[in-house]
Amino acid sequence: MLHLSLFLIFGAICITGAINLLVQRHPINSALSLVVVMGSLAVEYLLLGAEFVAAVQVIVYAGAVMVLFVFVIMLLNAGEEEQTSGSRVAILFGIPGMIIGSVLLAWVLVARSGTGEVALGALPGSPRSIARLLFRDFLLPFEVTSVLVLIAIMGAVVLAARPEAVEHTKKEG
Amino acid sequence: MKIVLTIFILLTAVAYSVWLERKVVGHMQNRWGPTRVGPFGLLQPLADGLKFIFKEDLTPPHVYKPLYIAAPMLAVVFALTSISVIPIGNAITVGKFSTPLQITDVNIGLLVVLGITSLGVYGVALAGWSSNSKYSLLGGLRASAQMVSYEISLGLSLIGVLILSGSLSLREIVLAQQGTYFGFIPRWFFFQGQCFAFFVYLTSAYAETNRIPFDLPEAETELVAGYHTEYSSMKFAMFFMAEYANMITVACLATILFFGGWLGPMFGPAWLQQTVLPVLYFIAKVFVFIFVYIWVRGTLPRFRYDQLMAFGWKYLLPLAIANLVITALIVALRS
Amino acid sequence: MVPLNYYLLLSGFLFACGVAGFLIKRNIITIFMSIELMLNGVNLSFVAFAAHWHALSGQIFVFFVMVVAAAEAAVGLAIIIAVYRTRETLNVDQVNLLKL
Repeated sequence: MLHLSLFLIFGAICITGAINLLVQRHPINSALSLVVVMGSLAVEYLLLGAEFVAAVQVIVYAGAVMVLFVFVIMLLNAGEEEQTSGSRVAILFGIPGMIIGSVLLAWVLVARSGTGEVALGALPGSPRSIARLLFRDFLLPFEVTSVLVLIAIMGAVVLAARPEAVEHTKKEG
Repeated sequence: MKIVLTIFILLTAVAYSVWLERKVVGHMQNRWGPTRVGPFGLLQPLADGLKFIFKEDLTPPHVYKPLYIAAPMLAVVFALTSISVIPIGNAITVGKFSTPLQITDVNIGLLVVLGITSLGVYGVALAGWSSNSKYSLLGGLRASAQMVSYEISLGLSLIGVLILSGSLSLREIVLAQQGTYFGFIPRWFFFQGQCFAFFVYLTSAYAETNRIPFDLPEAETELVAGYHTEYSSMKFAMFFMAEYANMITVACLATILFFGGWLGPMFGPAWLQQTVLPVLYFIAKVFVFIFVYIWVRGTLPRFRYDQLMAFGWKYLLPLAIANLVITALIVALRS
Repeated sequence: MVPLNYYLLLSGFLFACGVAGFLIKRNIITIFMSIELMLNGVNLSFVAFAAHWHALSGQIFVFFVMVVAAAEAAVGLAIIIAVYRTRETLNVDQVNLLKL
């Protein structure tokens, strides 16, 4: 009972945040509602027993990636969105299409699945057990993702540098 | 019940650390601190609180109101929440009722504190942006960039402690520091080889909490007052409280992770050993760290912003990684 | 005891909102945030299935998704900054010519 009520409360917060992201016109409001979605998703992970994943979700996703988004919105001084003809057409056809598509998907999912229930804290994902898997069975993907992050850092620094700064480093050698 | 007590104690501690700072910095600058209100100026925080309540709380017309009002509240909420996993003493057993001296004892206590520190950036960034003035925006951008950069070395410096203690729960980290070497040097992680990590942690923590020597985003002579330029009375008081609460959290974490938390020479009857002595040791150690914080504030000049960022990325981060690698090597070779 | 379908429905709803945002919105940054929303929905279904089948590798995969999402967010935002510098606009409808 507690599990169900907690799931429903934080699921409702997730859904409200996601709809708010679509409805808001200013990107900073959308960014903040996305942070709310990520926070409530972290609680949902906790309900499923994945405590380490929940902590990493808060630290990495809500605390670093979304801060980067807010930073860029502040830097570029993004204003409210304008309604162009393209966006009106998209809203006219997109929203009913999305609703129909998701209702269809949900109906298929619920009608045909025979899956059971999930208990509170079903799979305790302690850091120790996750580390055991991550550094033994999944070592190669782990190292590859570290190389990926390094490439991403270098790419971001080069792309976002001011053009004079790039010229300066090119002239130096 | 524990929550109410903890918040009450924390707010009193915040108020009196403000008093302590003014007194200590005053004496360092060869003047008395506050002396008029009460003996030694001890009632000064009360007077300050009354002043903040009675000051006019004006909202400038050009701000973005929802975020303007929400940003200081966010800052205070996150600053007060991270205290909830910090253990002040070992578990107290009164008769058959045993309760640990913290609000909750989660298995991932250290990650909770790191997560809430990461979320604390939002209060600063949104305050700077919603004030809709160029000084606040620049101060907010600089402050959030600084906080995000130093979070990395903060987290990395703590991993050495994790390797030595084998658990993320703050209570178990303290319990792993029991015992002594040679009978009188305590087995704190600071002496077990993490002295380097301690200094990296302390420096990153000063940058995280925006204190001197890293307080460029909110200094009085730079950018007017940085991200809290447009704030007055109660909202400004909330930023103030959030900063000092963050300071206290960092001091508590430093004692727990590197200096043994509530451990110390035990003497006396059993009830004294269990309830009063650990709390006294903890409070004494936290007091020492807050004093060091204020000492550094009164002594050092502040860094320029590019020096600050260069220091964090080019010097502290490689140091933290080196500490991690060396600790891991030593532990792996020992076992 | 919550039925697994509830978690999957929530995950599907988040994904659908992400796709809707991607198609409807005209601001580049908001489109980017809808992509992050999609990835979050997928993460939820990974963790739910991991709990259902008691396989910890579901949670491991969530890490990789998060790392890839963070890397992609960094590079994507750098591209957005570069586009803003040359085109002076954040509206995707106006970034429709290869050469200015």
